[in-house]
Amino acid sequence: MEMIDAELRLGPPGSDVNVVVQPARTAAKRSSSAVKSEASGTGGGNDDDAAPASKVQVVGWPPVRAYRKNACHAAAEAASARTTTKKQGEQGGGGLYVKVSMDGAPYLRKVDLRTYGGYRELRDALDALFGCFSSSLPGFAIAYEDKDGDLMLAGDVPWDMFICSCKKLRIMRGSEAR
Amino acid sequence: MGRGGSHAAPAAASPPWHALPDEVWEHAFSFLPADSDRGAAAAACRSWLRAERRSRRRLVIANCYAASPQDAVDRFPSVRAVEVKGKPHFADFGLVPPGWGAAAAPWVAAAADGWPLLEELSFKRMYVTDDCLEMIAASFRNFQVLRLVSCEGFSTSGLAAIAAGCRNVRELDLQENEIEDCSIHWLSLFPESFTSLVTLNFSCLEGDVDITVLERLVTRCRNLKTLKLNNAIPLDKLASLLRKAPQIVELGTGRFSADYHLDLFSKLAAAFAGCKSLRRLSGAWDAVPEYLPAFYCVCEGLTSLNLSYATVRGPELVKFISRCKNLQLLWVMDLIEDHGLAAVASSCNKLQELRVFPSAPFDAAEQVSLTERGLVDVSASCPMLESVLYFCRRMTNEALITIAKNRPNFTCFRLCIIEPHTPDYITHQPLDAGFSAIVESCKGLRRLSVSGLLTDRVFRSIGAHADRLEMLSIAFAGNSDLGLHYILSGCKSLKKLEIRDCPFGDKPLLANAAKLETMRSLWMSSCSLTLGACRQLARKMPRLSVEVMNDPRRACPLDSLTDESHVETLYVYRTIAGPRSDTPACVQIV
Repeated sequence: MEMIDAELRLGPPGSDVNVVVQPARTAAKRSSSAVKSEASGTGGGNDDDAAPASKVQVVGWPPVRAYRKNACHAAAEAASARTTTKKQGEQGGGGLYVKVSMDGAPYLRKVDLRTYGGYRELRDALDALFGCFSSSLPGFAIAYEDKDGDLMLAGDVPWDMFICSCKKLRIMRGSEAR
Repeated sequence: MGRGGSHAAPAAASPPWHALPDEVWEHAFSFLPADSDRGAAAAACRSWLRAERRSRRRLVIANCYAASPQDAVDRFPSVRAVEVKGKPHFADFGLVPPGWGAAAAPWVAAAADGWPLLEELSFKRMYVTDDCLEMIAASFRNFQVLRLVSCEGFSTSGLAAIAAGCRNVRELDLQENEIEDCSIHWLSLFPESFTSLVTLNFSCLEGDVDITVLERLVTRCRNLKTLKLNNAIPLDKLASLLRKAPQIVELGTGRFSADYHLDLFSKLAAAFAGCKSLRRLSGAWDAVPEYLPAFYCVCEGLTSLNLSYATVRGPELVKFISRCKNLQLLWVMDLIEDHGLAAVASSCNKLQELRVFPSAPFDAAEQVSLTERGLVDVSASCPMLESVLYFCRRMTNEALITIAKNRPNFTCFRLCIIEPHTPDYITHQPLDAGFSAIVESCKGLRRLSVSGLLTDRVFRSIGAHADRLEMLSIAFAGNSDLGLHYILSGCKSLKKLEIRDCPFGDKPLLANAAKLETMRSLWMSSCSLTLGACRQLARKMPRLSVEVMNDPRRACPLDSLTDESHVETLYVYRTIAGPRSDTPACVQIV
């Protein structure tokens, strides 16, 4: 599976050929397109579907600026999420971006909680980003850090309450979550 | 002229104009608009050199390694505005590894020391740190303009230093930078007494912004002409900001999406109706089609529209653009499709620049119906069109020939056919004939990017006909050394050449070594170069810096490599500063 291959090949930032796909960034901050491009760079991943395209991506081709890739990717994700989810009556626009970390992955991602209708869509989206729920890897659980800084298991409170209190997401290995 | 009076001049050895004081020459040179003209004047004689260099106010360092900061300060002591560019263009696409170089710090330090009256500083593709920004804030008491384009290495802390320290700043223009969000409320550090802002562009900032602080800033800066917001500003706040700054000329809207509500729509439409001076519009990320009509009242006045981040499609998009009859610049995504471009062609006859960006560049399948048809239509109907950047998935020679015939006035033609080696989709021939037509017809062409299936033949045409061409980008093209030879032995005005994934080798490089000193830089990656040729080139041309990079992950141990070893990336540029000392381990100077 392309995603796993990419992860196995990823090393610390700055020391991996996949890093070349994106211009220099600080280690702590990786937006979603960075990993997407890296996955694409190794195996032709197309992160709009679950199954990656069979085309092999070439580094730096087509010549689209990294900045533009990020912006379009974020917009496309939001647009496709909007067409498939029911709006929760949220007004006023403005994304609710939170960082998502997964144990074992060197880079964090960011997701806009407002684009999901509920926990199911969130889980699917995280699966699309990290491949954590559909692979044969041991079970993962979604946890989050709330306003008080406590680590909570996602799913207990209604969705609207969740997105108001969620500051950060963390995908934890099943053994730890227990 | 000269000393007045009508006495008989003796048969003098030196012509009378030598007696003119420097100030007269300085004044004369101030009418020369182009730096190259000033440079030519300075080369004429010593007194002109003295007058020109002392009176130079604006300086552009197109390659930060071509000269040292101290060289620049010594030669031009009265500079008030400086622009420095760093990494090669292909850095935009990830071909240059992190830590490659282009640090702004030495330039800021030299400027702080030698140009205390500096007013404007502009960096492009450079590594700018918070320390740099703090030094700028502390060193130039009349600092007015800071422009950072495609830079990285700094955070909102650096911006806070600028806001707090530069009491006369007029323009803070941040374009497509990587800015670390330290959650410092930098906007609130502009003092309450500060009112001089004319341009504020923070569209690339990812973090939140205090809207109240922004509103107060916008309200008290009555001269604000350009405001470009980031994604964090919601639609209803946009309306209230516009009401506080109706004099705005250029607006970047930031996020333009929300559920459709009639009262929000009315608020927006009313706010835009009040902006009678609005001429340039950008942003509209994630635009919701139902809100586009809120722009309708400003359409007539718009000269520039950048929707290249707006993933909106459909009839609302086309209707909106068609109302902008005075557009000179249009940047869109390929979601506009051929039929949308046909509408643009018939409505926007004053169009000068068109850019069409791919919405899904990495998808194998064609998702939008944007083909050569759209470009043909626009170039047929827009007589002033001179600059094009077009991403598409198919092209024909016939289309290119038609475009060339219709628009001999192109100055910039960049065509990117997304799949490498794509031939004419009808005849299955290479696109040599099409691009040849472009260079033969467009005698003023200054910038060209070619793509698709191309043989050496197209390079013979380019070398022979593209006399004014200054920048050429080639990828996945050509079939032998001849291709590169045609370019380097022709193209009289060539300044920048960037090549990737072409079968070009050592011979044309060495045969045309002298040409490289007439150019700013040459980039060749994934071609057929050997280390031996690079060594020879470096020996032959001491005023060129020959940089080699093989694997960005590893140090590049040149000494242990043989002449026959393959060179993955070559970057050559002329310089008077000698080899740079800040190369990372993966880059070696031969």
